[in-house]
Amino acid sequence: MISVQIQTAAYLFASILFILSLGGLSSQESAKRGVLYGMVGMAIAILSTVLGKDVQGYTYIIIAVAIASLIGIIVARKVEMTSMPQLVAILHSFVGLAAVLVGFGSYLDPHTQTLQGSEHSIHLIEVFIGVFIGAITFTGSIIAWGKLDGKIRSKPLVYPGRHVVNITLVVISIVLGVLFTMAHGTDGMIYLYIMTAIASFIGVMLVMAIGGADMPVVVSMLNSYSGWAAAAAGFMLGNDLLIVTGALVGSSGAILSIIMCEAMNRSFLSVIFGGFGATPITSNDEEIEGEVTSTTHEEVGELLKEANNILIVPGYGMAVAKAQYPVYDLVEMLQKEGKKVTFGIHPVAGRLPGHMNVLLAEANVSYDIVLEMEEVNDDMAETDVVLVIGANDIVNPGAITDASSPIYGMPVIKVWEARKVIVMKRSMATGYAGVQNPLFFKDNADMLYGDAKDSVDKINMALKS
Amino acid sequence: MKVCIPVEINTNELRVAATPKTVLRLKKQGFDVFVEKGAGLKSNFSDESFVESGAQILDTAKEIYKIADIILKVQAPNSKEIKMMHKGQVMLSYLWPAQNPELLKELSKKGVNAIAMDAIPRISRAQKMDVLSSMANIAGYRAVIESANYFGRFLNGQITAAGKVDPAKVLVIGAGVAGLAAIGTANSLGAIVRAFDTRMEVEEQIQSMGAQFLKVEIEEDGATDSGYSKVMSKEFIEAEMTLFKKQAKEIDIIITTAQIPGRKAPTLILKEHVAVMKPGSVIVDLAASTGGNCELTVDNEVITTDNGVIIVGKLSQLPSQASQLYGNNLCHLLDDMGKNENFAIDMEDDVVSRAMVTYNGKINWPPEPLPVSPQKPKEEIKEIVDDKPTPEEITKKKAKSTLISLIVIGVFLFLLGKVAPSDFMGHFTVFVLSIFIGWQVVWNVSHALHTPLMAVTNAISGIIVIGGLLQTQDNLSSPMTIIAFVAILVASINIVGGFFVTHRMLKMFKK
Repeated sequence: MISVQIQTAAYLFASILFILSLGGLSSQESAKRGVLYGMVGMAIAILSTVLGKDVQGYTYIIIAVAIASLIGIIVARKVEMTSMPQLVAILHSFVGLAAVLVGFGSYLDPHTQTLQGSEHSIHLIEVFIGVFIGAITFTGSIIAWGKLDGKIRSKPLVYPGRHVVNITLVVISIVLGVLFTMAHGTDGMIYLYIMTAIASFIGVMLVMAIGGADMPVVVSMLNSYSGWAAAAAGFMLGNDLLIVTGALVGSSGAILSIIMCEAMNRSFLSVIFGGFGATPITSNDEEIEGEVTSTTHEEVGELLKEANNILIVPGYGMAVAKAQYPVYDLVEMLQKEGKKVTFGIHPVAGRLPGHMNVLLAEANVSYDIVLEMEEVNDDMAETDVVLVIGANDIVNPGAITDASSPIYGMPVIKVWEARKVIVMKRSMATGYAGVQNPLFFKDNADMLYGDAKDSVDKINMALKS
Repeated sequence: MKVCIPVEINTNELRVAATPKTVLRLKKQGFDVFVEKGAGLKSNFSDESFVESGAQILDTAKEIYKIADIILKVQAPNSKEIKMMHKGQVMLSYLWPAQNPELLKELSKKGVNAIAMDAIPRISRAQKMDVLSSMANIAGYRAVIESANYFGRFLNGQITAAGKVDPAKVLVIGAGVAGLAAIGTANSLGAIVRAFDTRMEVEEQIQSMGAQFLKVEIEEDGATDSGYSKVMSKEFIEAEMTLFKKQAKEIDIIITTAQIPGRKAPTLILKEHVAVMKPGSVIVDLAASTGGNCELTVDNEVITTDNGVIIVGKLSQLPSQASQLYGNNLCHLLDDMGKNENFAIDMEDDVVSRAMVTYNGKINWPPEPLPVSPQKPKEEIKEIVDDKPTPEEITKKKAKSTLISLIVIGVFLFLLGKVAPSDFMGHFTVFVLSIFIGWQVVWNVSHALHTPLMAVTNAISGIIVIGGLLQTQDNLSSPMTIIAFVAILVASINIVGGFFVTHRMLKMFKK
């Protein structure tokens, strides 16, 4: 048994380790150390809690942790990097669920009933808010998981008056909250139940209304929520470590959401309340000049043989087709010829912030040649060939030139400034934003239709011959 | 359909309208290709190589013109050749319709549908068939090579054991396709390159090719809708002449490329400019055939002035390369006109209607103009810029909103302090400060590591397990224990799964 002071000291140490853990992610070199800090911090936190004086039921704790560790390890080992977004989403839902459960537990805790006056009310408010956020995170993340996994249609579900419905539900929840804090003993349970149901519903509807392209924002937002849920649990339990950690995670998720929104030039609110992917685009009066030209794998092979400076811009299409492995082969082959090959990653490429980086890392691509949008845009004029693999909206010149375009103002990778652009795509269909892409009509752009993996494989064959 | 390539009878013409490679393309488009015996000799293509690509060789021009549906030529046909043609044939070649009204009459009388390759409008869609551009590219390259040949020194600067060599200074006048090609070639040979053009919009292009853009002090933009430059004001020309005079003293090689189709080339380099140039300097005049940009140029000759300046008025055409590009241009045009199966003359088409100078016995020249400015008008850009608030306004606005939000936060904290118990305030302090720390730390996270960041924050937020740990009781029948058990279970999955998968991801990031 350790004393409360030692426990507090251990929590403080764990907090420091968590902060260092996030700080470590500022570069690839220090990142691995960062994760280690996180693990040590977590171990210290759990051990010092378990060894604390109030803890009972060790058997159950050990059983639960053992089962969970087994599941956790199996899942973490088996998951494919292309399904990372789904895994992250489902893990968010666990935090939400845990927050809900801890909230209920805290309400049932006999200790709660001993509190008096404002302390009691504040505690109940904490419980209420914690459960509310937890429930939204829980169901929202499950829906996000379903959408990312293709189990639920990624098309936004929008119905008229949904804002009114949502606001009404929030108001009802507040009323329930007031009733809940006024209730004696555990009589308020019924209000808590109803509110949990309402919050779960809000979580479902919130994510259902969001289109596939906005998924990176949603996942980051749910990441943020899961942090706030943990912080709320910290308030309930009067536990500073939970509060610190929750706040760290909450602000981290919020920052990611902001970065994603900036990368799409959209306000956070418009994403959350949007339903962007479904709006039909009629405003495109300006006719696009030029024609779409397509090319063959052999011609692309020839082109690459002659090029010296090659840029690859991957998008979600590469992830879907799992084309990162042949892409790596392609890069290796080109590098052996002494050509300069780089990758340009748009912040919202893929379904998760940084998704493309992870996929390329998985395929062994050195992170030295994986650059950010700004870095590649400056050198575009010196680039001989750009291969756009399964990306569309992030290379749309309309975002800069066409003020009527719904993605106008979104920063994009200016591939059209390069000497030659090859766009690998399955068809001429529009991207998630539903906007026609004038890039395809440019003179220096050629289309290469087909599955990304197939196409890259064939280009590799053409290069070898 | 039969596509036929006769021998170019003009002895100065070394090019041919098809090469073995373009024959392959024509075959792919579905055409039957016939080549007159010896057509490719002057540009180093043997008859055998044409046969290998699938063409058939015919012995005489007569046979060629007799069976042809489409005739591909380089030089405009002379009367003798036109006599051999017949009604309905399509002929592609240089025609210079503005200068050759008689030729157009002859062709239309014969009923030949003649396409003047030099009259292809210079719009972006037609770039791939624009022979002026493709030939200008060669001319620009050749101009530098030719000048280097006559110039008695290295082009690049060197520091050798035998002493230091200064790099040659090259001035390119006119930054069209030929000018830009010349800049690029001279630059890659190591010369210091300067360039001048009356159109301001080409400044960037000039710089991108590696030359310094010279400007006169008067502001006037010579850009027009046609893509060629307009005639400048008197003041401008005077300033331009002073500039050239100043430059002529230090420049070693001048390459002039200023041409206006259908008109005499502007005279840019005067006698007095040549007079101040150093002996041994070279002027290559790409406009020699249309009157020359230099006063002293003699078409088709290389002369040396009294003060030792060499003025080159004739250039080899690099016949093999030129034929290849010219042939490609022709292939692209035929491709555009529907290949073999759908071949048709579409007079609604912007490109075909303008280049088809004689059609169904009528002369179709001059066509209506088609604006082709390479850049959009600048006004548009300005409007957009004007919409945005100036940086000052933004900072002011920001300062204002910061002040307001600070006041709101202050009031909120005050009210909170009034009602909340001290315990809560302590936790609240920790909460707010942690948000600030998180905010500072996470902005530093590299973009590439956003996915691992999410996974690790995911794992860390599993810290909520502590809630469950504290709530577990020894008594399994208590609902609290069951709730806590499930909470511990899911939160621990999160912790273990999150850390593991982050670790797995980070292991993959390799230099």
